[in-house]
Order: sequence, then structure tokens, then C-alpha cells
Amino acid sequence: MTPSVAASAARPVSDRLAKRASRHVKERIIEAILFAAAAISVFVTLGILYVLLKESFVFFSQVPLWDFLTDTQWTPLFDDAHFGIIVLLSGTAVSSFVALLVAVPIGTVIAIFLSEFASPRTREIAKPILEVLSGIPTVVFGFFALLFVTPILQWFIPSLPGFSLLAAGLVMGIMIIPIVSSISEDAMRAVPMALREGSYAMGATRLQTALKVVFPAAISGIGAAYILGIARAVGETMILAIAAGMQPQLVWNPMEPAATITSFIVQVALGDLPHGSVGYNTIFAAGLTLMLFTLVFNMLGFWLQRRYRERY
Amino acid sequence: MSLPAEEIAAIRANIASRKIRDLIFTGIGILCLGIAMMTIAALFVDMLVTGWERLRPEFFTEFPSRRAGQAGILSAWVGSVLVMLVTAAVAVPLGVAAGIWLEEYAPKHWITDVIEININNLAGVPSIIYGLLALGLFVYTFGLGQSVRTAGLTLALLILPVVIVATREAIRSIPQMIREAAYALGATKWQTVKDHILPYSMPGILTGIIIGLSRAIGETAPIITIGALTFIAFLPPAPITDVAPYVSFEWLKAPFTVMPIQIFNWTSRPDPNFHQNAAAAGVILVAMTLSMNALAIWLRYRLRKNIKW
Amino acid sequence: MNTHKLPPTPAKVKAETKNFNFYYGDFHALKNINLQLGENQVTALIGPSGCGKSTLLRSFNRMHDLYAGNRYEGELLLYPDDTNLVDPRVDPIEVRMRLSMVFQKPNPFPKSIYENVIYGQRVRGVTKRSVLDDKVEEALTNAALWNEVKHRLHDMAFALSGGQQQRLCIARALATDPEVLLFDEPTSALDPIATASIEELIHELKKKVTILIVTHNMQQAARVSDYTAYMYLGELIEFGVTDEIFIKPKDKRTEDYITGRFG
Repeated sequence: MTPSVAASAARPVSDRLAKRASRHVKERIIEAILFAAAAISVFVTLGILYVLLKESFVFFSQVPLWDFLTDTQWTPLFDDAHFGIIVLLSGTAVSSFVALLVAVPIGTVIAIFLSEFASPRTREIAKPILEVLSGIPTVVFGFFALLFVTPILQWFIPSLPGFSLLAAGLVMGIMIIPIVSSISEDAMRAVPMALREGSYAMGATRLQTALKVVFPAAISGIGAAYILGIARAVGETMILAIAAGMQPQLVWNPMEPAATITSFIVQVALGDLPHGSVGYNTIFAAGLTLMLFTLVFNMLGFWLQRRYRERY
Repeated sequence: MSLPAEEIAAIRANIASRKIRDLIFTGIGILCLGIAMMTIAALFVDMLVTGWERLRPEFFTEFPSRRAGQAGILSAWVGSVLVMLVTAAVAVPLGVAAGIWLEEYAPKHWITDVIEININNLAGVPSIIYGLLALGLFVYTFGLGQSVRTAGLTLALLILPVVIVATREAIRSIPQMIREAAYALGATKWQTVKDHILPYSMPGILTGIIIGLSRAIGETAPIITIGALTFIAFLPPAPITDVAPYVSFEWLKAPFTVMPIQIFNWTSRPDPNFHQNAAAAGVILVAMTLSMNALAIWLRYRLRKNIKW
Repeated sequence: MNTHKLPPTPAKVKAETKNFNFYYGDFHALKNINLQLGENQVTALIGPSGCGKSTLLRSFNRMHDLYAGNRYEGELLLYPDDTNLVDPRVDPIEVRMRLSMVFQKPNPFPKSIYENVIYGQRVRGVTKRSVLDDKVEEALTNAALWNEVKHRLHDMAFALSGGQQQRLCIARALATDPEVLLFDEPTSALDPIATASIEELIHELKKKVTILIVTHNMQQAARVSDYTAYMYLGELIEFGVTDEIFIKPKDKRTEDYITGRFG
């Protein structure tokens, strides 16, 4: 090797190495930034838990947990204050139940229809329509429940009050249809074609194949759809705040008005409650209760969803 | 084994009776889709009919008023636009960066699992909980007040999972060979991401961002929870001023109202004249969210048509 | 194109294709097939992958009707009633109630063993418990599975081994008393021992039912079938008594294939 060749080769190599070092640092910095962005989502959760727990802690230092769980009255802003969360839970449960009564059958039928019966063309038309349904702001649904659905219901049930869990629940149910139908449909489409062929080869009709083979095979995914639907109903706020009235009362009858956990929070937020008062803290205790419920439902839903994804 | 004619007739009768059920179910399926469609139609028609009288140019240029006939949505739509600016400015970079990290950088590690599970859960947290987070943290702990920035930040966190999930799905659909081709030419990871992964997944990411923003613009509960005012008869300070440095960020700190809050406020009043206003504003809000959704659907459709890996 | 009549044997013809064509959209997948299935005989379809053998088999029970854009042409007759199985006026469900099929990979339903076997009966609306119980025992016995599962009929079918699952699928197909049994490479997903037991079973079954089997394995065709048809590029090249096809094929292409020169 002649010295001149060595010299000309040496410079680019050292240059490249130098460049590599700076490049390396730059890459590490960028990676750190991207990681920080991903990690922020964890801090959002921690922030939620911190706020809910901190304010609830203050709340429970003044209201015994036992009273919170067993009292049957909810009058946090009265002089004779009662804090029975069961009252708000009853409103949430009744309205969610009505919503599911609408969303589960209709959503399931739509899912089966789109997955097993409809032509690709029908599907192409129907799916965007369902997306429209899930894209309408809930405040607009609230308006619709109070000023359109309630008067119609009163036509059939003259004794129905102007605010009711029934009207709110019905509209909420329609709103949840796309959640139930799209997740169920995904689950049914994930069922392998071999199973359908096996059924058709036995002389089964479409409906028999859908109900006896595809539906049971997709059952965990469909269960996930229902549970995620419940989670959505439990957390829904505006439809209830507008159309269900906000009187906190222990109800089992959907024909009555009642407050839910969510509509109670709205009601308090609308008023002028001083920061640090017990009333202020109640909304966090209510929020913590809501968070626990939705967390359980969501976890269960995701777990079921993952189960069917693993299976096929 | 052979089948005599009467047995074949029996088979046919059996099939016919079963096929009637198929037909009935098809009817029920169409009926159920019809219920969804009728609801949308009824909602639109009802709001249009109720609000038609108020859908005049002045409606956009007037402030809310005690008299229903003179009230408008000026402060509401300006507020919505400003809040969306903040939301997009926060949620887009954060969400896209997080999505890139999870798809391209994340090692197989428990921290990655925690982040993934966490994002799944955040997507299911009711929006009003974000309102409580904002009330406790942004309004009172950080002292950001009941302002445009608090609202924008809150909604940004709310739609963060949507943007992250959309980014991840868009990136995941890019085949491995594209990355290998870039690496083979000596590109670093970030160069690969910046020059290839990001541009190719842009339509998908954009779709997610639009869907996220369309959800944010219709959100009511978290904004009420942070204590947004419902009666605002002024506009936030303009972002452009006539004195140096000609830009001002005072609007971020200003009190505000947004479209959904205005609708909620008018709906809750007993006077039916205000319901007309609510309906008119509802028409506008729905038109805004639906056109955003339509844009997203169209983008996704084009994306599917154009790119075939 | 010469027609392939059954060689002079005592067999009665159970089914027959006459100038049968099949199209996947624009693709002409089966070209002018003329083939006869002898009653209570096993007929094997062999040929390289993509030759159309599975496509032909799946035409027999109208499986192609499940997907859009497929088209049959010509006749596919089932005797003794001369029904043209691919006539659009004939309901595919009726066809499938008369001809059963066993698939390439075992595809039991996510149900109990019992429910799997009587699925065909359930579909037909049979509810009488005693009838169903008898059917289950009969079909499982015929599928040589009864002794292995009789004590756990209500366990999930997924709990069975691959070979057992495939025999369960055979039992499921038998439980409806089909006139013809279609096998689509039934052992391709199984180990050699399970394969041997299925082959033995096919031997037994032909006493009761006419069998058409697609196989990618020439030794298998030689072992189980009475007649063999060699297909290539959508055409039926040669059809005859299995022993003759394998010992002295008439067509050069058949010879190339069975001597392993390609395929």
C-alpha cells in the first residue's frame, strides 16, 4: 500500500466516524423525545387517579365510607346532607339498562345482517350511516331526546313526565348501536371461513349458519361489544343531563326522572360551588365511583376482545 | 342408496320452511338498519324545521342575548375554533410521536406493555372524567383558569388515544420491506421514519386526527366541568395586534364558550324560542362534525384505493 | 376431447359430469369435464396444485355459490333422479343435504362432540332425543370414533386430536346419510398414523356410500381408490381404473406426473 492511498482513505473514514458519533447522539435525543410523548399518556392516567383520589380523600375524611355506600338519600348541597351514592347509581343503572335493551338486540341483528347476509354493496352503504350515528355530538342527542322523543313517548304514555330516564335511555341506546354492531361484526368476520363452509356443506341456511356456528364462535368478541357498550352508557353524560332531569332519587322505574353519577357532576359544575367545599369534593368521589365502574367494564371488554383475537 | 321422489319433495319442503326464516331475518335486519337511519333522519329534519327561522347570517355574527330572537352564536363558534386550535396543537404532535415510538421504537419490555394497556384504557374513560382531571389539575393546581387553554388542553388529552391508535394503524400497514430498503441504503432509524414511514402513513394519520377533532368539537361534558361560562358577550383578544410583536397569546387565557355549551344552555331553558336557537346551532354543529367525518371517510377510501402494498 | 366412460365393471353410475365448465370470474378453471362416479366406488382426483381438482370437488356440493362471481356451465347429474346439481334452479341447500363434504383441515364447530355430529339433523329440524342419540352412535361408530369418545360426548370438539377431529368431521358428514361423500384432501393436515386410519375408514365407508376424494398424494390415491382421474390445467387428462392408471397410463402427461417428473 502506498502512503498516498492510505492518506486519502484515512480522512473519509475519520470523517464518517465523527459524523456517526453526532448522528448517534441525534438519534438518541429523538428517541427520547418520542418516548416522552408515549409516556405522557401514562401521566394522564396518573393525573386522573391523583386528582380523583386526592379530592375523594378529603371527601371521605368528612363523610364516612359506610354512609356513602349505604345511605339511600343523596342531598349533598342541603343543610341536612346525605351522601348515598346508591341513589346516583340507581339512575345510572336504570338508564343504562334501557339503553342496552335498545342497543344489544338492534346492534346484534345489524352485526349479523352485515356480516352474514348483506351484499358488499349494502355493507358499503350501511357502515358510513352507522358512523354518522356515532359522530353526532351527544348534546344534540340530548336535545333530540328532550324535545322530540319525549313528546312522542308522552303521546303513548300520557303520564310520562317531561324528564325521564326512559327517553334519555332510548336515545342513548340508539347512540350505542354502532359500538355494539361494529365490534360484534368484527368478531364475526374474524370467524374463519372454514367453519362457515363446514356448516353450509351440511345443508344449513344462512340464518342457521349465522346463529348456530358463527355467533357461538364469535361469542367472546360479541360479549366484549356488549360490555364496551355498557361502559359507554355508564359514562354518558349530556343526554342524561338534558333529558333525564337531575333530581337525585332512588329509582327502579324508567318512567321517572332521576340524576345519574354523570349528570350530578354536570349539575354541580354548572352551579357556583367554592373550591374546597364538601360539595366540590363530592363530584370527585362520584367521579371516582364512575371511574372504577368503567375501568372494570373496559378491562373485561378488552380481555374478551383479546381472547377472540388470539383464538383465530 | 337412492332417493325416491317423495323424499326429495320432503327435502324441498324442509328447505322452504327454513328459508322463510332467512327471509324474515333479512326483514328484521333491514328494519334495524332502518331504525338507525330513521333516527338520523328524524333528528335532522326536526332540528332543521325547528331552527330554520334562525339560520340567518346574523345568527353567526350576534352574541347571545336575553331575547331569543336576537341571540347568535358568534362567541360560541369563535370559542370552538380557538379551543380546537389548542387541541390540535397539543394532540397532533404528542399523539403522532407516541404512535411512532410504539410502532417503530418500542422494545419488548414491560414499560411498553404498560403504555399500551394504558392507552387502551384511556380510550374508554368517560369524557366527564377528563373534565374532573382538568378541574382539579389545570384549573386549580396549575392555575390555568377557566380559559381557552384549559379547554383545549383537556380535549387534547381526550382525543390523544384516537390519534395514537390511528397513527399506529397507519404505520403498521407499511410493509417491512420499505424499512429494509431504507436501512439498506444507510439511513438511520429517524431518517427512515422521517423520509418514509411518516409520509406514507400521512393519510391514515390525518384521518385519525380529523376524527379526533370532530369528536372534540362536539364534546360538552368536560368543558362544563371545568366551569366554562355559558353567557359570553365578547370575543377573546385577537391573536394579531397592531403593536409589535404583532402576535398576542392573550386569547389563550380568555374566558370562552363553545358551540355545544351554547346548545346545552339554550336547550335547558324553558322558553321554546330558545329551543329554536338550540336547534339552529345544533344543525351547524352537526354539519361541522359530519363534514369532518365525511372528509375522514373520503380520505380513508382514497387511501385504500391508491395504495396497494 | 374424448369422454371418459367407466370401464366395463359391474358398477352403476351414481353421478356424472357432462361437458362441465367452471369459471372464477373470467378465469376458466374447469374445461369441459366428463367424468362418472361409480356407485359405492371410490374415485380419486389427482394432479398438480392448481389443476382444478378441488374446484371440481367443490362444484359437487355447490360450495362456489358462497362466493360472488363464480359460474357453472354444463351438467353435473346425480342419479337415479337425474338432478342437475349445478342448475341455478336447484337450491344449493338441497344439493348439500344430499352430498356431504369433509374438508382439508378438520373444521369442527366450537361445540360439543355430540352437537357437532348431529349438526346436520339439527339444521333439518330434528329434535327427537332418541333419534339424535341413535344417529350420534351410528355415525361415530361408522367413523371409527365411537369407542374413543363415547364417555365424553359432551366435551368440546377442540379437545380432540387432529386425527380424531377429522374423524369427527367424517361422522358429522355421515350423520345425514349422504348419497355421495366428498373428501377434499382429508389427510393433508394429519400425521401418518392418523392418515392410515382415515384411509382404512374410507375403505369401509364405500360399502355404504359413493366417494369422491381429492388427494395430492399419489400413493394415497393408489391405496384407497377404485378409479382415478388425472387433471391438469383445468382439464381431465385421463380417467380409468386406478391400477391401470398407475401401471400403464395412456397419456404421456399422466405418466410424467405419476413417475414424479413434475408436479
